[in-house]
Amino acid sequence: MSTSVKTKWVALALCAAAVAVAAASRGEAAGPPPAGDERVIVIEARRYEFSPDEIRIKKGEAVVFELHTADRKHGFLIPDFNVRADVPPGETVRVRWVPTRTGRFAFKCDLFCGSGHEDMNGTIVVE
Amino acid sequence: MDPKINRKEFLKLLGLGGAVFASGLSGFANADADAGAGDEAGDFFFVQLSDTHWGFTGPKVNPEAENTLREAVAAVNDLAVQPDFVVFTGDLTHTTDDEGERRRRLAKFKEIASGLKVRDVRFMPGEHDASLDAAKAYLEFFDRTHYTFDHKGVHFIAVDNVSDPHGALGDEQLRWLKADLDGLARSRPIVVLAHRPLFGLYPQWDWDTKDGEKAIELLLPYKNVTVFYGHIHQEHHFKTEHIPHHAAKSLMFPLPAPGSVPQKAPIPWDPGKPFAGMGWRDVKAEVYPKRLELEIEEKGVRG
Repeated sequence: MSTSVKTKWVALALCAAAVAVAAASRGEAAGPPPAGDERVIVIEARRYEFSPDEIRIKKGEAVVFELHTADRKHGFLIPDFNVRADVPPGETVRVRWVPTRTGRFAFKCDLFCGSGHEDMNGTIVVE
Repeated sequence: MDPKINRKEFLKLLGLGGAVFASGLSGFANADADAGAGDEAGDFFFVQLSDTHWGFTGPKVNPEAENTLREAVAAVNDLAVQPDFVVFTGDLTHTTDDEGERRRRLAKFKEIASGLKVRDVRFMPGEHDASLDAAKAYLEFFDRTHYTFDHKGVHFIAVDNVSDPHGALGDEQLRWLKADLDGLARSRPIVVLAHRPLFGLYPQWDWDTKDGEKAIELLLPYKNVTVFYGHIHQEHHFKTEHIPHHAAKSLMFPLPAPGSVPQKAPIPWDPGKPFAGMGWRDVKAEVYPKRLELEIEEKGVRG
Protein backbone atom coordinates (compact mmCIF):
# COMPACT_ATOMS: atom_id res chain seq x y z
CA MET A 1 0.00 0.00 0.00
CA SER A 2 1.42 3.31 -1.00
CA THR A 3 2.07 5.89 1.67
CA SER A 4 0.70 8.59 -0.62
CA VAL A 5 -2.90 8.02 0.35
CA LYS A 6 -4.73 11.33 0.19
CA THR A 7 -8.15 10.37 1.43
CA LYS A 8 -8.97 9.84 5.06
CA TRP A 9 -10.53 6.51 5.77
CA VAL A 10 -13.97 6.61 7.26
CA ALA A 11 -14.18 4.24 10.15
CA LEU A 12 -17.44 2.73 11.21
CA ALA A 13 -18.02 1.25 14.60
CA LEU A 14 -20.03 -1.93 14.59
CA CYS A 15 -22.38 -2.67 17.41
CA ALA A 16 -20.72 -5.64 19.04
CA ALA A 17 -23.27 -5.79 21.80
CA ALA A 18 -26.03 -6.69 19.38
CA VAL A 19 -24.36 -9.92 18.39
CA ALA A 20 -24.91 -11.43 21.80
CA VAL A 21 -28.63 -10.85 21.46
CA ALA A 22 -28.74 -12.54 18.08
CA ALA A 23 -27.66 -15.93 19.29
CA ALA A 24 -30.52 -16.08 21.73
CA SER A 25 -33.05 -14.61 19.35
CA ARG A 26 -32.72 -16.43 16.06
CA GLY A 27 -36.02 -17.49 14.68
CA GLU A 28 -36.92 -21.08 13.98
CA ALA A 29 -39.60 -22.30 11.66
CA ALA A 30 -42.36 -23.97 13.64
CA GLY A 31 -40.32 -23.32 16.80
CA PRO A 32 -41.58 -24.04 20.29
CA PRO A 33 -44.86 -22.38 21.14
CA PRO A 34 -44.81 -19.31 23.34
CA ALA A 35 -44.50 -19.78 27.07
CA GLY A 36 -47.11 -18.27 29.33
CA ASP A 37 -45.03 -15.25 30.19
CA GLU A 38 -44.22 -14.37 26.60
CA ARG A 39 -46.34 -11.92 24.63
CA VAL A 40 -47.10 -13.06 21.10
CA ILE A 41 -46.92 -10.45 18.37
CA VAL A 42 -48.19 -11.68 15.01
CA ILE A 43 -46.57 -10.01 11.99
CA GLU A 44 -47.58 -10.57 8.40
CA ALA A 45 -45.05 -9.89 5.65
CA ARG A 46 -46.16 -9.22 2.10
CA ARG A 47 -44.83 -7.28 -0.86
CA TYR A 48 -43.82 -4.62 0.30
CA GLU A 49 -44.94 -4.09 3.85
CA PHE A 50 -45.18 -5.55 7.31
CA SER A 51 -48.42 -5.53 9.21
CA PRO A 52 -48.28 -4.09 11.78
CA ASP A 53 -45.46 -1.78 10.87
CA GLU A 54 -45.19 -0.20 14.32
CA ILE A 55 -44.84 -2.33 17.43
CA ARG A 56 -44.62 -1.18 21.04
CA ILE A 57 -42.79 -3.27 23.62
CA LYS A 58 -41.62 -2.57 27.15
CA LYS A 59 -37.95 -2.87 27.96
CA GLY A 60 -37.29 -6.31 29.43
CA GLU A 61 -40.58 -7.72 28.18
CA ALA A 62 -40.28 -11.18 26.65
CA VAL A 63 -41.97 -11.30 23.26
CA VAL A 64 -42.36 -13.84 20.50
CA PHE A 65 -42.74 -12.49 16.97
CA GLU A 66 -44.87 -14.94 15.01
CA LEU A 67 -44.05 -14.20 11.39
CA HIS A 68 -45.71 -15.45 8.24
CA THR A 69 -45.76 -14.30 4.65
CA ALA A 70 -48.73 -13.76 2.40
CA ASP A 71 -46.76 -14.16 -0.81
CA ARG A 72 -43.06 -14.85 -1.36
CA LYS A 73 -40.13 -15.46 0.95
CA HIS A 74 -39.15 -12.40 2.96
CA GLY A 75 -36.59 -11.64 5.62
CA PHE A 76 -37.07 -10.13 9.06
CA LEU A 77 -34.20 -8.15 10.53
CA ILE A 78 -33.82 -5.87 13.52
CA PRO A 79 -30.42 -4.45 12.54
CA ASP A 80 -29.59 -2.77 15.84
CA PHE A 81 -29.77 -6.13 17.59
CA ASN A 82 -28.77 -8.41 14.72
CA VAL A 83 -31.99 -10.35 15.21
CA ARG A 84 -33.06 -11.97 11.96
CA ALA A 85 -35.01 -14.79 10.38
CA ASP A 86 -36.13 -16.01 6.98
CA VAL A 87 -39.90 -16.07 6.53
CA PRO A 88 -40.73 -18.68 3.87
CA PRO A 89 -44.23 -19.23 2.52
CA GLY A 90 -46.38 -21.73 4.38
CA GLU A 91 -44.53 -21.49 7.67
CA THR A 92 -44.92 -19.65 10.93
CA VAL A 93 -41.55 -18.46 12.13
CA ARG A 94 -41.11 -17.65 15.79
CA VAL A 95 -38.50 -15.15 16.87
CA ARG A 96 -37.97 -14.66 20.61
CA TRP A 97 -36.67 -11.37 21.83
CA VAL A 98 -36.22 -9.44 25.06
CA PRO A 99 -35.34 -5.82 24.34
CA THR A 100 -32.55 -4.63 26.58
CA ARG A 101 -32.74 -0.91 25.94
CA THR A 102 -35.33 1.71 25.13
CA GLY A 103 -35.63 3.59 21.87
CA ARG A 104 -37.03 3.42 18.37
CA PHE A 105 -35.57 0.61 16.31
CA ALA A 106 -36.15 -0.19 12.67
CA PHE A 107 -37.03 -3.63 11.41
CA LYS A 108 -36.97 -4.54 7.79
CA CYS A 109 -37.01 -7.17 5.10
CA ASP A 110 -33.39 -8.05 4.34
CA LEU A 111 -34.10 -10.51 1.53
CA PHE A 112 -34.23 -8.64 -1.75
CA CYS A 113 -37.85 -9.22 -2.69
CA GLY A 114 -38.68 -6.87 -5.56
CA SER A 115 -39.32 -3.35 -6.67
CA GLY A 116 -40.60 -2.17 -3.30
CA HIS A 117 -38.02 -3.94 -1.18
CA GLU A 118 -36.34 -0.75 -0.04
CA ASP A 119 -39.58 0.44 1.55
CA MET A 120 -40.45 -2.77 3.36
CA ASN A 121 -39.71 -1.80 6.92
CA GLY A 122 -41.27 -0.88 10.24
CA THR A 123 -40.47 0.47 13.69
CA ILE A 124 -40.28 -1.12 17.11
CA VAL A 125 -40.73 1.30 19.97
CA VAL A 126 -39.22 0.03 23.20
CA GLU A 127 -40.52 2.00 26.16
CA MET B 1 -3.54 0.57 -24.71
CA ASP B 2 -1.24 1.17 -27.62
CA PRO B 3 1.88 -0.76 -26.71
CA LYS B 4 3.99 1.79 -28.56
CA ILE B 5 3.11 4.51 -26.08
CA ASN B 6 5.78 4.81 -23.42
CA ARG B 7 5.00 5.61 -19.79
CA LYS B 8 5.72 9.31 -20.11
CA GLU B 9 3.32 9.64 -23.02
CA PHE B 10 0.80 7.41 -21.27
CA LEU B 11 0.66 9.56 -18.16
CA LYS B 12 0.55 12.74 -20.21
CA LEU B 13 -2.36 11.47 -22.25
CA LEU B 14 -4.27 10.36 -19.18
CA GLY B 15 -3.63 13.56 -17.34
CA LEU B 16 -2.91 13.57 -13.64
CA GLY B 17 -5.07 16.56 -12.68
CA GLY B 18 -8.16 15.80 -10.63
CA ALA B 19 -6.95 12.54 -9.21
CA VAL B 20 -8.53 12.29 -5.79
CA PHE B 21 -7.21 9.07 -4.53
CA ALA B 22 -4.19 6.89 -4.90
CA SER B 23 -3.50 3.48 -3.54
CA GLY B 24 -0.54 1.34 -4.19
CA LEU B 25 0.24 -2.30 -4.40
CA SER B 26 3.76 -2.94 -3.32
CA GLY B 27 5.81 -5.92 -4.34
CA PHE B 28 4.69 -5.94 -7.94
CA ALA B 29 8.28 -6.27 -9.10
CA ASN B 30 8.17 -9.83 -7.91
CA ALA B 31 4.92 -10.62 -9.65
CA ASP B 32 6.54 -12.03 -12.78
CA ALA B 33 7.94 -14.81 -10.68
CA ASP B 34 4.56 -15.59 -9.14
CA ALA B 35 2.40 -18.48 -10.13
CA GLY B 36 -0.10 -17.37 -12.74
CA ALA B 37 1.54 -14.05 -13.45
CA GLY B 38 2.90 -15.05 -16.76
CA ASP B 39 1.31 -12.33 -18.85
CA GLU B 40 3.27 -9.24 -19.70
CA ALA B 41 3.32 -6.52 -17.08
CA GLY B 42 2.96 -2.86 -18.02
CA ASP B 43 1.10 0.38 -17.36
CA PHE B 44 -2.58 0.19 -18.09
CA PHE B 45 -5.89 1.59 -17.00
CA PHE B 46 -9.40 0.39 -16.76
CA VAL B 47 -12.76 2.07 -16.28
CA GLN B 48 -15.34 1.14 -13.65
CA LEU B 49 -18.98 1.97 -14.33
CA SER B 50 -21.57 0.95 -11.80
CA ASP B 51 -25.22 0.95 -10.88
CA THR B 52 -26.56 2.07 -14.22
CA HIS B 53 -30.08 0.92 -13.20
CA TRP B 54 -31.35 0.88 -16.76
CA GLY B 55 -35.16 1.06 -16.66
CA PHE B 56 -35.39 3.33 -13.64
CA THR B 57 -37.93 6.10 -13.96
CA GLY B 58 -38.35 9.05 -11.63
CA PRO B 59 -38.22 12.57 -13.06
CA LYS B 60 -37.50 14.14 -9.67
CA VAL B 61 -34.52 11.86 -9.19
CA ASN B 62 -33.14 11.69 -12.72
CA PRO B 63 -35.02 13.35 -15.57
CA GLU B 64 -32.18 12.22 -17.84
CA ALA B 65 -32.60 8.54 -16.98
CA GLU B 66 -32.85 7.60 -20.65
CA ASN B 67 -29.62 9.39 -21.46
CA THR B 68 -27.29 8.97 -18.50
CA LEU B 69 -25.78 5.64 -19.51
CA ARG B 70 -25.49 6.79 -23.10
CA GLU B 71 -23.69 9.96 -21.95
CA ALA B 72 -21.24 7.89 -19.93
CA VAL B 73 -20.57 5.56 -22.84
CA ALA B 74 -19.90 8.56 -25.06
CA ALA B 75 -17.58 10.07 -22.45
CA VAL B 76 -15.56 6.86 -22.17
CA ASN B 77 -15.38 6.69 -25.96
CA ASP B 78 -14.04 10.26 -25.98
CA LEU B 79 -11.08 9.44 -23.74
CA ALA B 80 -7.80 10.31 -25.47
CA VAL B 81 -6.48 6.87 -24.60
CA GLN B 82 -8.94 4.04 -24.50
CA PRO B 83 -8.86 1.87 -21.38
CA ASP B 84 -7.61 -1.68 -21.56
CA PHE B 85 -11.02 -2.79 -20.39
CA VAL B 86 -14.25 -1.59 -18.83
CA VAL B 87 -16.05 -3.27 -15.96
CA PHE B 88 -19.67 -2.75 -14.91
CA THR B 89 -19.96 -3.64 -11.22
CA GLY B 90 -23.61 -4.57 -11.05
CA ASP B 91 -27.14 -3.22 -10.99
CA LEU B 92 -26.99 -2.93 -14.73
CA THR B 93 -30.77 -2.72 -14.68
CA HIS B 94 -33.35 -1.45 -12.23
CA THR B 95 -35.36 -4.28 -10.75
CA THR B 96 -38.82 -5.13 -11.93
CA ASP B 97 -41.27 -7.78 -10.77
CA ASP B 98 -42.16 -8.45 -14.43
CA GLU B 99 -39.85 -11.19 -15.73
CA GLY B 100 -40.38 -10.16 -19.35
CA GLU B 101 -39.58 -6.55 -18.59
CA ARG B 102 -36.45 -7.68 -16.72
CA ARG B 103 -35.21 -9.34 -19.89
CA ARG B 104 -36.08 -6.31 -22.02
CA ARG B 105 -34.08 -4.10 -19.68
CA LEU B 106 -31.09 -6.44 -19.73
CA ALA B 107 -31.23 -6.55 -23.52
CA LYS B 108 -31.41 -2.77 -23.85
CA PHE B 109 -28.61 -2.26 -21.36
CA LYS B 110 -26.42 -4.69 -23.26
CA GLU B 111 -27.20 -2.93 -26.53
CA ILE B 112 -26.18 0.46 -25.13
CA ALA B 113 -23.03 -0.95 -23.51
CA SER B 114 -22.08 -2.44 -26.86
CA GLY B 115 -21.57 1.13 -28.03
CA LEU B 116 -18.31 1.27 -26.11
CA LYS B 117 -15.31 1.40 -28.39
CA VAL B 118 -13.44 -0.87 -26.01
CA ARG B 119 -14.08 -4.46 -26.92
CA ASP B 120 -12.99 -5.92 -23.60
CA VAL B 121 -16.02 -5.21 -21.41
CA ARG B 122 -16.69 -7.17 -18.24
CA PHE B 123 -20.08 -7.43 -16.58
CA MET B 124 -21.26 -8.36 -13.11
CA PRO B 125 -24.77 -8.61 -11.68
CA GLY B 126 -26.25 -6.55 -8.87
CA GLU B 127 -29.21 -7.53 -6.73
CA HIS B 128 -31.52 -5.61 -9.07
CA ASP B 129 -30.40 -7.87 -11.93
CA ALA B 130 -30.16 -11.21 -10.20
CA SER B 131 -31.66 -11.53 -6.73
CA LEU B 132 -35.25 -12.24 -7.70
CA ASP B 133 -34.50 -15.22 -9.91
CA ALA B 134 -31.04 -16.39 -8.77
CA ALA B 135 -29.53 -14.78 -11.88
CA LYS B 136 -31.62 -16.84 -14.31
CA ALA B 137 -32.44 -13.91 -16.61
CA TYR B 138 -28.98 -12.38 -16.20
CA LEU B 139 -27.34 -15.59 -17.39
CA GLU B 140 -29.40 -15.47 -20.58
CA PHE B 141 -27.47 -12.33 -21.50
CA PHE B 142 -24.11 -12.72 -19.77
CA ASP B 143 -22.16 -15.91 -19.40
CA ARG B 144 -21.04 -15.86 -15.76
CA THR B 145 -21.81 -14.19 -12.46
CA HIS B 146 -18.32 -14.71 -10.99
CA TYR B 147 -14.99 -15.28 -12.67
CA THR B 148 -11.30 -14.43 -12.70
CA PHE B 149 -8.97 -13.01 -15.29
CA ASP B 150 -5.39 -11.85 -15.41
CA HIS B 151 -4.24 -8.60 -16.92
CA LYS B 152 -0.62 -7.52 -17.15
CA GLY B 153 0.36 -9.24 -13.96
CA VAL B 154 -2.69 -8.30 -11.91
CA HIS B 155 -5.14 -11.05 -10.92
CA PHE B 156 -8.76 -9.88 -11.05
CA ILE B 157 -11.50 -11.74 -9.17
CA ALA B 158 -15.14 -10.83 -9.83
CA VAL B 159 -17.36 -12.21 -7.09
CA ASP B 160 -21.13 -12.59 -6.97
CA ASN B 161 -22.72 -11.48 -3.71
CA VAL B 162 -26.17 -10.82 -5.16
CA SER B 163 -27.59 -13.96 -6.79
CA ASP B 164 -28.42 -15.16 -3.31
CA PRO B 165 -31.10 -12.72 -2.14
CA HIS B 166 -29.60 -12.79 1.34
CA GLY B 167 -26.68 -10.87 -0.16
CA ALA B 168 -24.20 -13.66 0.48
CA LEU B 169 -21.43 -15.36 -1.46
CA GLY B 170 -22.35 -18.80 -0.20
CA ASP B 171 -20.14 -21.72 0.77
CA GLU B 172 -19.68 -22.98 -2.78
CA GLN B 173 -18.35 -19.66 -4.03
CA LEU B 174 -16.15 -19.27 -0.97
CA ARG B 175 -14.60 -22.66 -1.79
CA TRP B 176 -14.10 -21.48 -5.37
CA LEU B 177 -12.44 -18.31 -4.09
CA LYS B 178 -10.14 -20.27 -1.78
CA ALA B 179 -9.13 -22.64 -4.57
CA ASP B 180 -8.32 -19.69 -6.82
CA LEU B 181 -6.30 -17.90 -4.15
CA ASP B 182 -4.43 -21.07 -3.22
CA GLY B 183 -2.79 -20.97 -6.63
CA LEU B 184 -1.39 -17.47 -6.16
CA ALA B 185 1.78 -16.22 -4.52
CA ARG B 186 1.11 -14.13 -1.43
CA SER B 187 2.69 -11.09 -3.10
CA ARG B 188 0.56 -11.32 -6.23
CA PRO B 189 -1.35 -8.10 -6.96
CA ILE B 190 -5.05 -8.91 -6.69
CA VAL B 191 -8.04 -6.74 -7.54
CA VAL B 192 -11.40 -7.96 -6.32
CA LEU B 193 -14.54 -6.70 -8.05
CA ALA B 194 -17.84 -6.94 -6.20
CA HIS B 195 -21.26 -5.36 -6.24
CA ARG B 196 -22.07 -5.14 -2.54
CA PRO B 197 -19.39 -4.16 -0.02
CA LEU B 198 -17.66 -7.22 1.38
CA PHE B 199 -17.44 -5.57 4.79
CA GLY B 200 -20.31 -4.42 7.02
CA LEU B 201 -20.52 -0.82 5.90
CA TYR B 202 -24.12 -0.28 7.00
CA PRO B 203 -26.20 -3.47 7.28
CA GLN B 204 -29.27 -1.42 8.19
CA TRP B 205 -29.39 -0.46 4.49
CA ASP B 206 -28.25 -3.83 3.13
CA TRP B 207 -24.78 -2.36 2.65
CA ASP B 208 -22.91 -5.50 3.54
CA THR B 209 -22.29 -9.07 2.44
CA LYS B 210 -23.65 -11.58 4.90
CA ASP B 211 -20.57 -13.82 4.71
CA GLY B 212 -18.19 -11.15 3.42
CA GLU B 213 -15.95 -11.54 6.47
CA LYS B 214 -15.13 -15.06 5.30
CA ALA B 215 -13.99 -13.72 1.94
CA ILE B 216 -11.89 -11.04 3.60
CA GLU B 217 -10.30 -13.68 5.83
CA LEU B 218 -9.30 -15.59 2.71
CA LEU B 219 -7.85 -12.43 1.16
CA LEU B 220 -5.97 -11.14 4.20
CA PRO B 221 -2.88 -13.35 3.79
CA TYR B 222 -2.28 -11.71 0.41
CA LYS B 223 -0.25 -8.54 0.68
CA ASN B 224 -1.54 -6.65 -2.34
CA VAL B 225 -5.31 -6.76 -2.50
CA THR B 226 -7.66 -3.95 -3.50
CA VAL B 227 -11.46 -4.17 -3.75
CA PHE B 228 -13.65 -2.12 -6.09
CA TYR B 229 -17.40 -2.30 -5.66
CA GLY B 230 -20.67 -0.43 -6.29
CA HIS B 231 -24.11 -0.72 -4.68
CA ILE B 232 -23.95 2.35 -2.42
CA HIS B 233 -24.09 4.95 -5.22
CA GLN B 234 -21.32 7.16 -3.91
CA GLU B 235 -17.58 7.34 -3.66
CA HIS B 236 -16.42 5.72 -0.43
CA HIS B 237 -13.10 4.41 0.83
CA PHE B 238 -12.52 2.02 3.69
CA LYS B 239 -9.87 -0.39 4.85
CA THR B 240 -10.15 -3.81 6.44
CA GLU B 241 -6.61 -4.16 7.82
CA HIS B 242 -4.37 -3.65 4.77
CA ILE B 243 -7.12 -4.16 2.17
CA PRO B 244 -8.65 -0.97 0.73
CA HIS B 245 -12.25 -1.04 -0.51
CA HIS B 246 -13.36 1.64 -2.99
CA ALA B 247 -17.04 2.23 -3.76
CA ALA B 248 -18.05 3.82 -7.05
CA LYS B 249 -20.71 6.37 -7.91
CA SER B 250 -23.89 5.38 -9.72
CA LEU B 251 -24.91 6.28 -13.25
CA MET B 252 -28.56 6.76 -12.29
CA PHE B 253 -28.88 8.46 -8.89
CA PRO B 254 -26.76 9.16 -5.81
CA LEU B 255 -27.66 7.86 -2.36
CA PRO B 256 -27.02 9.56 0.98
CA ALA B 257 -24.02 8.82 3.15
CA PRO B 258 -24.46 5.67 5.25
CA GLY B 259 -26.83 6.27 8.15
CA SER B 260 -27.05 10.00 7.49
CA VAL B 261 -30.84 9.98 7.10
CA PRO B 262 -33.52 7.80 8.71
CA GLN B 263 -34.67 6.28 5.43
CA LYS B 264 -32.43 5.47 2.50
CA ALA B 265 -33.76 7.18 -0.63
CA PRO B 266 -32.27 8.62 -3.83
CA ILE B 267 -30.97 12.17 -3.57
CA PRO B 268 -33.25 14.35 -5.73
CA TRP B 269 -31.99 15.85 -8.97
CA ASP B 270 -30.62 19.37 -8.67
CA PRO B 271 -31.55 21.29 -11.85
CA GLY B 272 -28.68 23.66 -11.14
CA LYS B 273 -26.21 20.77 -11.06
CA PRO B 274 -27.30 18.13 -13.55
CA PHE B 275 -25.86 14.67 -12.84
CA ALA B 276 -24.47 15.84 -9.49
CA GLY B 277 -23.23 12.92 -7.41
CA MET B 278 -23.17 10.59 -10.39
CA GLY B 279 -20.26 9.43 -12.45
CA TRP B 280 -17.70 6.78 -13.18
CA ARG B 281 -14.02 6.33 -12.57
CA ASP B 282 -10.86 5.34 -14.25
CA VAL B 283 -8.18 3.39 -12.48
CA LYS B 284 -4.62 3.82 -13.64
CA ALA B 285 -2.20 1.05 -12.91
CA GLU B 286 1.25 2.56 -12.98
CA VAL B 287 4.04 0.05 -12.87
CA TYR B 288 7.29 1.08 -11.24
CA PRO B 289 10.38 -1.03 -10.71
CA LYS B 290 9.45 -1.91 -7.11
CA ARG B 291 5.73 -1.44 -6.90
CA LEU B 292 2.42 -0.98 -8.66
CA GLU B 293 0.26 2.01 -7.85
CA LEU B 294 -3.43 2.22 -8.50
CA GLU B 295 -4.59 5.76 -8.96
CA ILE B 296 -8.31 6.42 -9.03
CA GLU B 297 -9.74 9.37 -10.84
CA GLU B 298 -13.42 10.13 -10.37
CA LYS B 299 -15.24 11.44 -13.42
CA GLY B 300 -18.60 13.07 -13.92
CA VAL B 301 -21.15 11.38 -16.16
CA ARG B 302 -19.84 13.38 -19.10
CA GLY B 303 -16.23 12.84 -18.16
